[in-house]
Amino acid sequence: MKSENKAVRQPHSKIKMSAGDHMVGVISCIVFGIFAFLCVYPFYYIFINTISANDLSARGVIMFWPQKVHFHNYESALKIDGLFQAMKISVLRTVIGTVSTVIASAFLGYMFTQEEMWHRKFWYRLVVATMYFNAGIIPWYLTMRNLHLTNNFWAYILPLIVQPFNVILTKTFVESTPKELQEAAEIDGAGTLKIFFRIMIPIIKPIMATVAIFAAVGQWNSFQDTLLLMTDNRLYPLQFVLYQYLNQASSLKSMANSSSGSSSLAAVAATAQTSTSIRMTITIIVVIPIMLVYPFFQRYFVKGIMVGAVKG
Amino acid sequence: MKSGKSRKKWNSIRLFLYVLPFIVLVLVFSYYPLYGWIYAFYDYKPPKPFSQAQFVGLKWFRSLVENPIKVKQLLQVLENTFAMSGITIGTSWLPMIFAVYLNEIRNVPYRKFIQTVTTLPNFISWVLVYSIAFSMFSSTGMMNSFLMKIGAIDQPILFLQSSKHVWLTQWLWLTWKNLGWSAIMYIAALSGIDEELYEAARVDGANRRQLIRHITIPGLLPTYFVLLMLSIANFLNNGMEQYYVFQNAFNKQYIQVLDLYVYNTAMGSGSYSVSVAISMLKSIVSVILLGAANGISKAVRGESFI
Repeated sequence: MKSENKAVRQPHSKIKMSAGDHMVGVISCIVFGIFAFLCVYPFYYIFINTISANDLSARGVIMFWPQKVHFHNYESALKIDGLFQAMKISVLRTVIGTVSTVIASAFLGYMFTQEEMWHRKFWYRLVVATMYFNAGIIPWYLTMRNLHLTNNFWAYILPLIVQPFNVILTKTFVESTPKELQEAAEIDGAGTLKIFFRIMIPIIKPIMATVAIFAAVGQWNSFQDTLLLMTDNRLYPLQFVLYQYLNQASSLKSMANSSSGSSSLAAVAATAQTSTSIRMTITIIVVIPIMLVYPFFQRYFVKGIMVGAVKG
Repeated sequence: MKSGKSRKKWNSIRLFLYVLPFIVLVLVFSYYPLYGWIYAFYDYKPPKPFSQAQFVGLKWFRSLVENPIKVKQLLQVLENTFAMSGITIGTSWLPMIFAVYLNEIRNVPYRKFIQTVTTLPNFISWVLVYSIAFSMFSSTGMMNSFLMKIGAIDQPILFLQSSKHVWLTQWLWLTWKNLGWSAIMYIAALSGIDEELYEAARVDGANRRQLIRHITIPGLLPTYFVLLMLSIANFLNNGMEQYYVFQNAFNKQYIQVLDLYVYNTAMGSGSYSVSVAISMLKSIVSVILLGAANGISKAVRGESFI
């Protein structure tokens, strides 16, 4: 798994292909096309529904293209109770969480290559071992409660600062850089910290980017910690608020199935918010950052998983 | 001499002090929770503080095998866990096949496009997956309106509230989310296969299907084996997020895997001690499974993955 750049072998086009060989290619193209469609269409479906007349989307009429396009849903989304606050929490935890994880991973990745460190191997193993066991969510919850980290914003940050996988990633990367750079700096009298900030950080930027992406996506998508630790709704991130809307929508549906299709006040109904429009709009708001970041950083993801595949 | 030695010693301690704050974080958030296992041996009933809880020894562990209601529940939960992990392991070759046939697409932009698009669902949360499921399959969702429009049904089908085929539908959502991403490992491994093998086989008149069968797949098997061992090690760790967001009163019986059951027992019905007892057993079995999988890997390939 060493060569990362040419992940997929180039086609061997000069050889004449038989009819059977062509069939393999054609069928692959079709099957993969269908799967790709299944992966993309749901996002497209939800998006066109958020910009179509709300009375139509509530009845599930919009399927392939938007109708009576309007953008009121996104304007009024910000006025929904607690949604702006939730956005703030999501952004804050993503930014603070990502920065702290990246710094910690880079620093630990570098420090664990310093052979002179007192019992270095032991401490490194102590960190890495946490990848392979966990106490379980309830003991974890009880611990967090004892530490007064329930209904506390820092519960989103502190437990995730040291992530063994990311430490392994950076350590492996640091080990692959030329030793001479460090040795030269040492001869010039630079201390460990100075070498880290002045010399190491510029070199390990690519792996820091990878860690940043993993951490940011993890923070943005996180849901379980809120579920366990937070009852104060000012600390709910977007994911959790969306879940609440989904839950309400389904319970409302099962309670009152009688009133349906009362679209008499058509003019109002087109822009008045429905449970469907709110739900779908929040969904798009939550997806957009991932969609924006994803295409640029796909190669970092891939690189990350390759390095991680090497034993830590 | 002496000062040189002590300076060296001090330097090694100094390096340790730099990482100490992080070690403390690891100890607090990963090791200290193990101390929480002690709750399994007490009769802990919040809101009473733990200091007032009574020591009950192995009472909760015994109740898991003696209390008939608990036993029945637990057996159902284990069945769900085994079924869902079993289906996942039984279909663990899918990402490999995905990579192999993706590689057969000769149009590079199209292949890149497919790869990008199919990895996307891996990066959204389970809440979002559920939101998508809701939009597509709720009573007013796209599937029902479509089926009603073409006249296939006249009453909406309650897909999400169905208690039928829960294992299968959960597997489908998991596959939708993960397949493209899981294939990436194999796509990387494909580039490691010696091109000369293909050249030689083609000279001997092998067609594409024969190349796949006799060169590509054998070339990917080592990767497959490692990932298979890892999924065996994680047999009990399905996680709870997926099942938590999809669970409702109708499908609860079949969707509760161990992780979710542990959560529901504690947070839903307040039985913290029982829940901790189950989680403790689960963690221990998982570590044993990991050791076993690692042992198999060592025996078969002469390489461990821990």
